[in-house]
Parts: sequence; structure tokens; C-alpha cells
Amino acid sequence: MSAWRAGPGAWALRVFCGLAFLFLMAPILIIIPLSFNAEPYFTFTRGMLTLDPDAYSLRWYEQVLLGERWRSAALNTLIVGVSATLLATTLGTVAAMGLSSPAMPWRRTITALLISPMIVPIIIAAAGMFFFYSSLNLTQTYTGLILSHAALGAPFVVITVTAAMAGFNSELLLAAASLGAGPVRTFFKVQLPILSPGVISGALFAFAASLDEVVVVLFMAGLEQRTIPREMWAGIREEISPAILAAATFLILIAVLLLLALELLQRRSDSGRP
Amino acid sequence: MMGKSRTQALLLSLPLIAFIGITFVAPLGSMVLRSFYDPLVAEILPKTVAALGEWDGGALPPEGVYALLAEELRQARADRTIGRLATRLNRQTPGLRSVVSGTGRRLARQGQPPWAEALPRMNKAWGEPEVWHAIAQAGRRVTPTYYLNALDLRMDADSGVVQQPEAKRVYRALFVKTIGVALAITLLCLGIGYPLAWFIAHSPPRRGRLLLVLVLLPFWTSLLVRTTSWIVLLQQQGVLNNLLIWAGVVADDQRLTLMHNMIGTFVAMTHVLLPFMVLPLYSVMSGIPPVQMQAASSLGAKWPRAFRRVYLPQSMPGVGAGCLLVFILAMGYYITPALVGGQSGQLISNFIAYHMQTSLNWGLAAALGSILFVAVLLLFLLYDRVLGLDRMRLGS
Amino acid sequence: MNIQWRRFLRQVVRHLMRHSGFRPSTDGFCQACRPALRGRRMPFAAGAAIGASLRKDGAIHVIALSALIALASASAPAAGQGRSITVVSWGGSYARASVKAYHEAFVKETGIQINLDEFNGGLAQVRAQVETGNVTWDVVDLEGMDTLLGCDEGLLQEIDYADLAPAPDGTPAVEDYPDGVLDCGVALLDYATIYAYNENFFLGAKPTSMADFFDLEKFPGRRGMRRSPYSNLEFALVGDGVPAAQVYEVLSTPEGVERAFRKLDEIKSSVIWWETGAQAPQMLADGEVVMSTAYNGRIFSAQVLEKQPLTIVWDGQVQGWSYLNIVADAPNADLAKQFITFATSAESAARVASYISYGLVRRSAMALVGKHAEAGVEMRPHLPNAPQNMGNMVRENPEWWADNMDDMNERFAAWLLH
Repeated sequence: MSAWRAGPGAWALRVFCGLAFLFLMAPILIIIPLSFNAEPYFTFTRGMLTLDPDAYSLRWYEQVLLGERWRSAALNTLIVGVSATLLATTLGTVAAMGLSSPAMPWRRTITALLISPMIVPIIIAAAGMFFFYSSLNLTQTYTGLILSHAALGAPFVVITVTAAMAGFNSELLLAAASLGAGPVRTFFKVQLPILSPGVISGALFAFAASLDEVVVVLFMAGLEQRTIPREMWAGIREEISPAILAAATFLILIAVLLLLALELLQRRSDSGRP
Repeated sequence: MMGKSRTQALLLSLPLIAFIGITFVAPLGSMVLRSFYDPLVAEILPKTVAALGEWDGGALPPEGVYALLAEELRQARADRTIGRLATRLNRQTPGLRSVVSGTGRRLARQGQPPWAEALPRMNKAWGEPEVWHAIAQAGRRVTPTYYLNALDLRMDADSGVVQQPEAKRVYRALFVKTIGVALAITLLCLGIGYPLAWFIAHSPPRRGRLLLVLVLLPFWTSLLVRTTSWIVLLQQQGVLNNLLIWAGVVADDQRLTLMHNMIGTFVAMTHVLLPFMVLPLYSVMSGIPPVQMQAASSLGAKWPRAFRRVYLPQSMPGVGAGCLLVFILAMGYYITPALVGGQSGQLISNFIAYHMQTSLNWGLAAALGSILFVAVLLLFLLYDRVLGLDRMRLGS
Repeated sequence: MNIQWRRFLRQVVRHLMRHSGFRPSTDGFCQACRPALRGRRMPFAAGAAIGASLRKDGAIHVIALSALIALASASAPAAGQGRSITVVSWGGSYARASVKAYHEAFVKETGIQINLDEFNGGLAQVRAQVETGNVTWDVVDLEGMDTLLGCDEGLLQEIDYADLAPAPDGTPAVEDYPDGVLDCGVALLDYATIYAYNENFFLGAKPTSMADFFDLEKFPGRRGMRRSPYSNLEFALVGDGVPAAQVYEVLSTPEGVERAFRKLDEIKSSVIWWETGAQAPQMLADGEVVMSTAYNGRIFSAQVLEKQPLTIVWDGQVQGWSYLNIVADAPNADLAKQFITFATSAESAARVASYISYGLVRRSAMALVGKHAEAGVEMRPHLPNAPQNMGNMVRENPEWWADNMDDMNERFAAWLLH
């Protein structure tokens, strides 16, 4: 290992990876200063480059925070995201416990079925959902959107909780049972606390999936259910104003928070391990 | 005891199985159903279609069929279903829309038997066998039409399968293009992602963790945000062009065209999908002890050889998972390529969305979707055979 | 915040009612509950408390919602307040013009609220709503071809022009419109799809004809065009020398269609395709393209209101009528009709032309057109139906397009790919 670390190959690798990291991060970082642009342009003005304070303004944030459209979109995103996450997390956690039981029959098939929403191309899922939900009068409703986002988010919960279960010592259950705890009590007092990092990170994934989803929303949502990604889509195609960049900055902030939450969870579960 | 815990395990999974069944599998089923089952014409013109079943297909159908059609067209106009009928028949044979809706309009006001003379007077198309063939064909509830169209084929008047005329062939070329673009993006992601994942996985733990965040942040950032940033960066008056001009690389009137072409598609898609490659690779690579490579080289193997014989095989599950994820996502994402890549970013998914939302040819959208679905399913079976689907992990 | 909570609650209530068989009649319930929900301002604390309880438990979720529903319906003010309609139109500067021209006045005069949504034309959403029986749109702003198709398909309600407001001089509305207006909607605007160029790129010779749009040698640079065969085929034929009046005659032959596509071939590699009306002026202003087809009103707004260096070429433009339509089974059909009657009165219609440069189909409305309300520009010379602009104009033929749209779309899609 140390042999290649010092050679010219190692330097090439470092430069290559540096460029790759730049490629990954630059587009995200570039948005933030541009969202403070005083002019309605998507590029740095001369004033911005010379750090002239007049070239910067909060007008786009004002538009996003005070505008009925964006606020309505934010609330819709929250309503749909939180409801879908609750649904996906509850069902997903319980199902993952079943899947982790050594007695589970047809495990492969059922696992494949349960994670299928994650791996079927989204356009197909959206088309099918549109056909099916419209026959149930569920298009253009919150219910329809929440159900479809819950379906798309559930596989993440199944995967993370199953992974957490893999490290779970089933003797604890026997111990709890021998101490006279019923299955429900055992679940809440013993299993859930141990599984909680897996459950929470599954929930975060599910929420992020809903937060990022625009294709199903495009097909299914009406005027009343427009979410932030849907508004951004309209914004890019309709009126290209830096207000989108301000909204994007908020979404980046949310991504950072989600990421931090996950990192903390991971640390906790790492340090909890013997 | 065994049976009880089996039932218990199954019961725990049952709610989600039922939920996914209703909210996800049933929709997919309804899409597949729509791709070959189309009862519209048979429902609006039940008697005509039944009577045409008796018709030998030779010259023109008998007066009885004309009379039934007149009756049912009148009814369809009253029920306001005639438009859908006209749309559907127009899809079978272009030009029939005005024949059907025009005749419906006239029938509402006038017309009496003998219908075999009255209808051709209203529109001369009724005096030709083609229109009757079209109704008979469209009258079948189970129809191969949409799959044929999705493969650039169609049925001629004698129910033989023929190629679409040259000027209308789209989908076969489009499938090829979609697969090509998805493959190219997969390879690009692999080419960038493999060294990157290696670098992160074999950095000192603290630094590795930090570097991983640089991959995770784009992963967690909304797709629309990243699409927007690429527009900001790549457009003619965009940041990248301004930067190049400032650096003196290009002149102001020679701004590079980076968007609305293949460059835009590849750059933006690679950016969006790269984390999906790096994360599975990283999670596999971080489990490969560096000691092995050291051992191999201390035994005298040259680095490339050691890499090929020792490291590469162990990282294959990560390569497989990453490539599969990226390839499938690349085939299904249409938002980013359409917004950044312009015409070059128009892939099969765009056409499915187009037929869903604009042309309203839902049968064709369903057939295209079903073909794509089967392709993805086959990929997964292949993957499962080779690497095992249950070894799939999320990055962190 | 309030509006969304109300919308959300309304939906939840609607669904609970529908699926518990509680709904007394098709519309009775919503008529009663909407004002209740609308008039209600939810205190923030209550919202937060509910939010917190939602996170705790599914059962609490249900209880909290039931409590909210009870709360909302208990304090229902008298019915009749807070009526509203959903109006769907094209976005951007056109939507802003409509709002200023007649939406605001309508709301002020009748107290009926307008929920404005935007789309990019086409019948897709209307059809999806009517066929699934879940109609949420009341009024929709369609092109002639779609009005015709929607009428045939039973997706739109017929409107009797005799019920519209008479002209200021008392002329009945029926006599105030030209021949050939369709009766599944009320013709409002006379608009044109033109092409315009960015002056900064043409300091010497300037494009003046449709042929110049297709001439890459004389005028190099990228072009913007709508991603649709609609109007592009007409442009191609005019650009190839077909007289404007004979365009549809030529297009009705297979050779004519062939000829149009061959002409488009000449510039194909230089075209960037747009989909929404706002993209064309944006791409022109950004320098992404040097010239682009566009709706004339959008270019006018960019020219006059945003001071962009754009120029319209009035040659070979395709001119059509747009209609205000009521969707079949619209939830508020009566209010929608009231809205359309208001919007198409001579005074309201004329006010549209004082915000954006679209002509009006109604004769008495054209007579009232004056200056731009904000910029003070004389509007008549900018309208598509000003005599000096109509020299070589193609009058859109909705029937031809209704018949050939599917066919041309298929060809166009294949052509784009090859």
C-alpha cells in the first residue's frame, strides 16, 4: 500500500479525485451566492465579483418566504412528506422485523417485492399510478400523493431496518420473554430502542425520497398539491428567476441537516456497539 | 413452534405486502393491462363491432351494419363519447377523426334509411372498405396495436404485420439511443466513481468520513436543485462560459455551447448519478482489508497484477450494484436530461411522459412502459443470478 | 399558511365523507364546507400541537383530524361567502395581463375568488379530469384546435353567444363576432405565433422574411422553435415560398408535408426546441438563440416592459383565436359562466390589449383598444390584427390540425430523432 502511495500514480489519483470532488460540489456551492444576486440574472454580476454590497440582496428570499406560491408549496411538501414518511416507516419497520425472522418463508421473493418501488424506473411507476389512482378518483388529492410517496419510501425503511436487525441479538427477546414481558411490551421496551437508529435513518431516507420526487407529482398532483420540486420544475420552464435559487438554497440546507442527522445516528450506533 | 413463528413473521410483513400490492403493484398491473386491453370501441359500438365480426371483409358490409352504425353513432353523440371514439379510430387510420365526428354531427340533424346510401353521402369514406376494416380492428378488446406501434410496426387492412413507414419510425431507434446513453453514463460514472471510492475507502478513517460527506451531500440534495445548478453553470451567459472568458480561454463572441446538447446531458446526468455509483462501491471497498494488497505486493506481485487478481474480484459486488443502479436510474430519469440536454436528452421516458400527458395515447404509453419494465426486470434477474439481489445495500 | 391547511383539511374531509358514504349529494357537502374552512384561521399553536401529535401516533392522527373537522364545520359562517372558481391559463406575462385586465375586477365586483393555475395548452388534463370524474378546473384557456377537439369529445360545455353581454352600443354579442367562431367556448384573443430576433446579433443585415429564418448562410446562429409540428410546418412552407393563403392546401397533400419537413431539415441541427411560452423570450434575451418563434405577446412584453433588444418579424406568422372554455362537469359551472361573460365583455377584453399585445376577436372590443396601461405605448400597431402586420399572414386552420395532429406528431417525433 505504502509503495503506491508515494509514487506518481498516487499524485495522479489525488488530482483526479480532487477534480471529481470539485465536480460533485461546485454546482451545489455555486447556487448559494447566486441566490443573493440583486439582479434577475443567473450569473455573477460585476458588482458581485467586486463584493459591492449593493450587488447583493435578499429580494429572492423575500419572494420565496413571503410569496403565497412558495409557502403553499413548502407546506404541501411537508404534509405529503411527513405523512408518507410516517406511513412508510410504520409499515416498513414492522415488515423488516418479519423479514429478519429466520422463520420467514419465501424471503427472497417477498424482499424483492417490497423493495421493487425503489428499483422500477420512476416514469413507469408514475404512469401506472396515474392509471390506477385515477380509476379510484385519487389523482389530484393529497391521499393519492401520500400513498404513492409512501410506497416509494417504504423500501428504504425496509432496507435500513433489516440491516439494523442483522446486528440484533435475538437472545434479548428470549430474555425479555422469560422475564414475563409480552410481545408488544418487548417490542417497545427492547427491540425499538435498539433498532431506532435504523428506523430513523430509514425514515430520513423516505422523507428525502418524497422531498426529491417530482415525476409522480407531475402526473398526479393538482393545483392544490403542488410541492417545492414541482414549483421548481415550473420555475425552470416558465419564469426563470433567481427565486428558484433561493428555494434551492433552502433545499440544500435541508439536505445538510438530513445528512448531519444521519451522521449523528451512525456515530451513536457505532459507539453503542461492543 | 416452527409453523407459529413462520406465521408470525409472515403476519408482520403482511401489512406492507398488502400496501405495496395496492399502491404499487396494482398500478403496474393496470399499466400492463392498458397496453393490450382496450375496450373503448367495443363498448361504444357494441352492435356494429359484433355485426362486423360476421362480415367476410370483402367488398362493403351489408345494410344491416350501416344501420347499426348510424344508430350507435347517434347514441355516442348524445352520450358525448363520440370524441373518444373518433380519437381512437383516428389512431388506427389517420383522417378518421373528422369522418366520425362529422358524420355524428350530421346524424344528429338528418339521415334516414337506406343507410348504405345515406352514410356515404355524408362522408364518402363510408363507401370504402378501409374505414370498416379500421372499426373491426379497433373493435377487438385485446389488441396488439400498441405493442406493434411501440416497435414501429402496424397492422395493415388484412391484419398482417408490416413496418411503419420510414418517416414514422421512432421507438426502436429511441430504445437503442436510451440504452446507449444509459450505458455511456454508467461507464462514465464507473470511470470516475471507482478511483473516487477507492480513495475514500482507503483514506485514514477521519478524512475518509469527511470525503464521504462530499459525495453524500449531492446525493441528499434535491434533483431539481442540481438540475438548476447545471443550467446556471452551462448556459451561454452562464458561470462556466463567463469564467472561461475571464480566463481568456474563449472570446466573448465564441461562447461554448454546453447546454441543449449531448454535453449537457452527459455532464448533468453523470453528476446526478455519480453518488449512486460511489456509495455501493465504497461500502464494498471499505470492507476489503488493505493488508491483502500489501501481502500480494510483498509476495512480489506487481501492483497492476495484484490489483487485478486480488482487489478487483472482491470489489465486483460494488461494481455490479453501482452499475445496475446507475443504469436503471439513467433509463428512468427524464427531468434532468430534458431540461439540460434539450433535444439530445429526449429519451424513452420523455416519450412515455409525452404520451401520458400531451398526446394522451395512453395505450402506447403503457406499451412503451411495459417494454421498459420487462427490460429492467430482466436486468434484475441477471443481476440476481450473478451477484445476488439480497446483497444490495444503501451506501451509508 | 392558512390556505394550505384549509385545502388539506377540505380534502381530508372530502375523502372521509366520500369513503364513509357520508356525502349527502354531489355538491351539497362542499358548498357547505368550503366557506367554513375558508373563513377559519388556524392559530399557529394549534397547528403546531397537531403537528406534534401527528408524529406520535397514528390513532392520534385520526382523532386530531376529526377534532379539526368538527372545529371547522362547527363555526360555518352563512353560505354564499367565499365562492371560488379555478381558472387555468397560460403562465408568465400573459397570466399577469389577464389578472390585471379582468381577474381583479371580477373578484372585486362579484366577491368570487379565482384560483389561477397555469398549463401549456392541450386537452390532456381536461380529458383526464372528465374521464375520471374528478373535475377540478372550471375555466380553461385553449387554442382553437383544442377547443374544436374538446367540443367533439364532449369535454367542454357549449356556450350560447346569445347569453353574452351585448356590445357597448347595444349590438347583440352574436353579431359582434366574425364568422367561424366555435361555440364550445368564447373566442377571446387573436394571437400570432411569429418569429423574433435579438438585435445584438444582427448589427448589419436584419432578417425580414420567413425565408430568412430558414437561411443559415445569410443569418447564422441557433434558432428557437416550439417542440411541436403545429405552426412549424406552416412556417416551413412559407419559408419555402408557398403563398400564405395556400399553406393548408399544400399541407393536405403528402408531397406538401414532405416539402415542409425537408425545409425544416435545413435548420434542424441549429434548433433549440422550447415548450412553454416563456422560454422563447428568455432564450432570446439570454443569447441562447439568435432568433426564435414565439407568441407575439410574450415578445412584446420582453421588448416594452423588460427593455430587451428584440424585434418581431411580421411575415408568415400563424394567427389563431384562443378561447375561454368551461370544462364539462365543472364544479362551479354557473360561476364559470359568469366569469366568462365578464371576461369577454367589450370592456374587459379590450383591457387585455392594454397589458399585452394580443388582438381581440370581438369587434366592439377592438374598437376600445388604446395605450398600454403601464408603458403608455400605443397598442394597435403591436397587435397581430393590425393591418400593417397582416400582409403575409397564415390564418390557422383548426379543422386541419384536429384531423392531422396525431399523424403529424408521430412524423415530427420521428423526424426529430433521425
